[in-house]
Parts: sequence; C-alpha cells; structure tokens
Amino acid sequence: MATKTVQAKRRQFITPEGVDLELVIAGAGARLGAFIIDLMMIMALLAATTFIAIWIGTATSDDVGIIVWLLGFFALRTFWFIAFELGQRAATPGKRIVGIRVVARDGGRLTADAVIARNLIRELEIFLPLTFLGSAAGDDMVGWATGLAGAAWTLTLGFFLLLNGDRMRMGDLIAGTWVVEARRDKLDRDLAGTAPVADALRFTDSELAIYGEFELQELERVLRARDTRVLGEVATAIRAKIGRAAEEEDEIFLEAYYRQLKARLERGLLFGKRRADKYAKE
Amino acid sequence: MTASAPAFSPSRFRAEREADWMEFDRLLTGLEKGSASSLSTDELLRLPVLYRATLSSLSIARATSLDRALNSYLEALAMRGYFLLYGVREKRGARIMRFFSHDWPAAVRAVWRETIIIALVVLLGIATSWSMVASNPEWYGAFVDDAMAGGRTPEANADYLRSTLGHGPDADADDHSGLHVFATYLFTHNSRVSIMSFALGFAFGVPTILLEFYQGIALGAMMAVFAGKGLAIDFGGWLAIHGTTELFAAVLSGAAGLRIGTAMLFPGDTDRLTALSRAGRTAGKVMIGVILMLLCAGLLEGFGRQLITDTGVRYGIGATLLALWCLYFYAPRRSAG
Repeated sequence: MATKTVQAKRRQFITPEGVDLELVIAGAGARLGAFIIDLMMIMALLAATTFIAIWIGTATSDDVGIIVWLLGFFALRTFWFIAFELGQRAATPGKRIVGIRVVARDGGRLTADAVIARNLIRELEIFLPLTFLGSAAGDDMVGWATGLAGAAWTLTLGFFLLLNGDRMRMGDLIAGTWVVEARRDKLDRDLAGTAPVADALRFTDSELAIYGEFELQELERVLRARDTRVLGEVATAIRAKIGRAAEEEDEIFLEAYYRQLKARLERGLLFGKRRADKYAKE
Repeated sequence: MTASAPAFSPSRFRAEREADWMEFDRLLTGLEKGSASSLSTDELLRLPVLYRATLSSLSIARATSLDRALNSYLEALAMRGYFLLYGVREKRGARIMRFFSHDWPAAVRAVWRETIIIALVVLLGIATSWSMVASNPEWYGAFVDDAMAGGRTPEANADYLRSTLGHGPDADADDHSGLHVFATYLFTHNSRVSIMSFALGFAFGVPTILLEFYQGIALGAMMAVFAGKGLAIDFGGWLAIHGTTELFAAVLSGAAGLRIGTAMLFPGDTDRLTALSRAGRTAGKVMIGVILMLLCAGLLEGFGRQLITDTGVRYGIGATLLALWCLYFYAPRRSAG
C-alpha cells in the first residue's frame, strides 16, 4: 500500500522564543476558493444595497443603481480585502472559511501598508482581465477578439502564483507576504492512553519492528477516521505481514498494534533513534 | 504496561498539560471574536504564560511524541497564539491617526525622486501633443478618442468650446441631474488608472511611464485646441479646480509604481525580494493616500466645477489645494515618535 502523500510545503518561521512554527503554504486551490467566496459575498452585498436603495428612494432608481454598482463595486473590491486582512485574524471571510491567513514573510507583524500593497495589485491580476472580458462581451467581432486576447494576456500575471514554490501572487511578492494555512483543530482523543483496550493482545518485538513512523501515522489516520472497510483492509494487510490469524475484531487488533508500535518507536525517540518508515534501517 | 509505566510517557505528558492548552484555546477564541475587554485582568496576565507553556509543549511533543493529531493541534494553537500576541497592538483609531499625521507624508517624501521624474514625463507628454496639435490639428484625433472628446475638437467653434467649460449661453442647457453619476464615474475611472499605473510598476516601471505619458498627451492635445480658440485662460481654470489635486495624485501613483520598478532593477545591497517588499510597503502607503486624493478630486470635478463657473475662483481653489497638499507632504516637521 504505497500511497503517495502530498508533501506539504513547510516553511521555517521562528518565533522570538526560538520555536520553529513550520508554517504550511496554502495551496492554489484554497486561494482560488477563498477568492471566489469573497467575490460572491461582495456581489450579494451590492445586490442587497441596490434593492434597499431603490426601495428607499424610488425617484432616481436608475442613478442609484449605477452609483451603487460603479462606486460600490470599486470601493468594496478595493477595501473589502484590505479591511478584513487588517483585522485580528488577517483573513477575509473567504479565507477564514477555507482556513488560511496572511503573514509577513520576515516573521514580523503584518503591517497595514503590506496589506494595502498586496491587495491593490489584485486590480491588475483579476479585475483588468475581467474588464477586457466585459468589453469583449458587448462588442463586435474584432473587439471581441482583442478583448479575449487582452484577458488572456493579463491573466498570465495571475498564474504567477503557480510558478513559484511559495505560491506568492504578484501582490504577495511586492508586499513581502505569504498566505499560509491557519487551521483551528480540535484536540482529538488520545488513542494510546484512554480506553483500556485489549492489553491481553501482545506483540513480539520482531512483529513490531517491521514498521516506522510513516506507517504509524498512517495507522493513526485510519484509526481516527474509523471507516470499517478501510480498518478491515489495513488489519488484513498487517496480519498477513506478521503472520497472525484473524482472532479478534479489526479495530481492537489495530488499536493494540498501534499502541505498542507507538510505545516502541517513542522509546527509540527518547534515545535519539528515529525511524522514518519501513524501509529505513533500525 | 501499567506495572512498568515509565517516569515519562507522551500520554502522561498530555494528561498533565491538556488543561493549559484548553484554557489557552478558550482565551484565544475569545480574543479573536471580540476584544481584549472581554477578558478579565487575571486572564490577560495568564495569556503570555499560557503561550509560552504551549510553545514548550510543542517542542516537547515534537521531540517525544509520534501522535500526529497532538502535534498538529499544538502547532495550530501555537501559531494562533503567536499571531495574536505579536500582532498589531495599536487601536484602529490611533493607527488611522498615525497614517495621516506621519506615515502618508513620510511615504510621499520618500518617493520624491520618482515624483519629479513622473511629473517631467507628464509635462513632456503635454508639451509633445500640444506642439503637434498646434502645428497640425489633424493629430488631435490620434491623441484623444471621440468618446472622450465629446465634440471638443479643433473644428468646433469657440462658443461651443466655451459652453463645455460651463460659460456662455449654452452652459445652462447642461442639465445637472446626471452630476453625481458623472462624478462617480470619474472617480472610479481615475482611481483605476492610478492603481494600474502603480500595479504595472513591477514591469520595471516601463508601462507606468507610458501610462503617465499618455495622460499628458491627452491633456496637451485638449489644451492646444482651447488655446487655439483663445480660451487658454478659461480652460486653465476649468482644469485647475480639480486638476491640481488629480494630477498630483496621478503623478504620485506613477511615482509609487516607478519605485517598485526601480527596486526590481536596482535592489541595492539587499536581495531583490527584500528590496521589492520594502518598496512595495512604501508604495502601498502612497497609494491609499492617492485614492483619497482622487476622491477629493472627483468631488471637486463632479460638483465644484459644475457649480462654480467663475474662472478666477476656480484658479483660486486649485492653487489653494495645491499649496495645501505641498505643505502637508513636504513641509519640514518634527519626526513622530
């Protein structure tokens, strides 16, 4: 079961106390998702404002609509991102939902000018191509082609994000920022310490010696997910490997194996011996 | 295993410290939602202690525990704590005050060299198109597109041109109902052009200079047309009332873009990334001010210019504003804090 795990992009980020927080760079998909959520929220807000404005002042409904969309869209798309990223969590609502935030690359505090610089560049990356598309939609054939070409050309700037390992937009580059994952985990139960599962089930040292840290943590993931089918498959695989018959329930078997493997590897850890995976030597 | 339980085990480590993590988590959640006032004094004093305890737990867990859920929980908690405790301490109001009293003028002063260069570029644009249109009016069509010209072409007669400036018999025919739409349009358009000329700076400043030059070109061509009909003074007033603010803002946005372009070309004694982010921060400060200046110019253009038709007053307002901006940005002052 050689499952390939996606290697997280970890970056060194040392606090003044000397601990490396090992920030994880947010992926391009998460960034795009957050942006789309934000854009939808802005649109919804503008639509609501238009309706309310028209409802209050019915006389000049045309003007109101134009002003709300001209000025409102400009003001919102410029200041929505800036205002939220200046907040305590340095993330727009979209970013919060996706679970990412903005940080200063040098480890210092995120300053207002950095937030402003990174967001004004977005005008060039996203809204300039959109304008081209807009002019393409309403025009004749030639205008349509130019508009599309313009949009394609300017969009390449947006793809800058995909071309560097730190997933920086042009704006991040200029502002000196990163966008990193900001998880809000709940602490899951301690698999090794709580429930008094089958201590009767003992594994010999040679039975435990076949796996390393990577396999241990995959096993942890399987145990926490508690998918009966996967539990069964993994239990069968391990039983085949160590040559045991299926005598007890899969989950009980796996949990006992996990505990004893973990205890064994952690004992090694205390003596400074790490074993990355099953291919590494003892 | 209970019989031979070791003195240290990751499970015991977790059991001993879990309460601290939970408390820290709870305090952080409170702070992220509301403000520091939602916490009691005791809790605030506990905060740094709990933060350091969490960091130390993280270090121990990384060295001794292979429980991935535990490690990633502690990483996430430590990160939240770090950004909250080392985050921005200033209140929003104080920060805004500092921006206006110090940061903005300082940033504008920092880009003085670029400001002069861009101003010269705009002037060059004006001079170029003026001389070309003055010598051969056919150039006008190449510089100013029809939509923008709105009938203000070299072929138009002096009375019509005068009416576009808000003077003469035809002026009142201009209905005032569309004023605010017009002002809004002008503001968003000008802001976008300015943001562009800033944002395009990263391409070594070349598009920025072209954009600013083009702004000068359109202006110069228009000037030549009005001057040709003996309306130079009136046109000057029509332009000056908002133009001093607007052109100043346009020049500053170009200067901000050029600062980024030059940082990329000549990073000095730091590496390019650092130089770029440093320039970006200065330029960002300039830009937020530029948008405010353009808002001011948009209001003057949309309302002030339509309501004030006396050329002398128009010049007066324009000159006063220019003097105020210069004083605000460049007047020597004591350094703040």
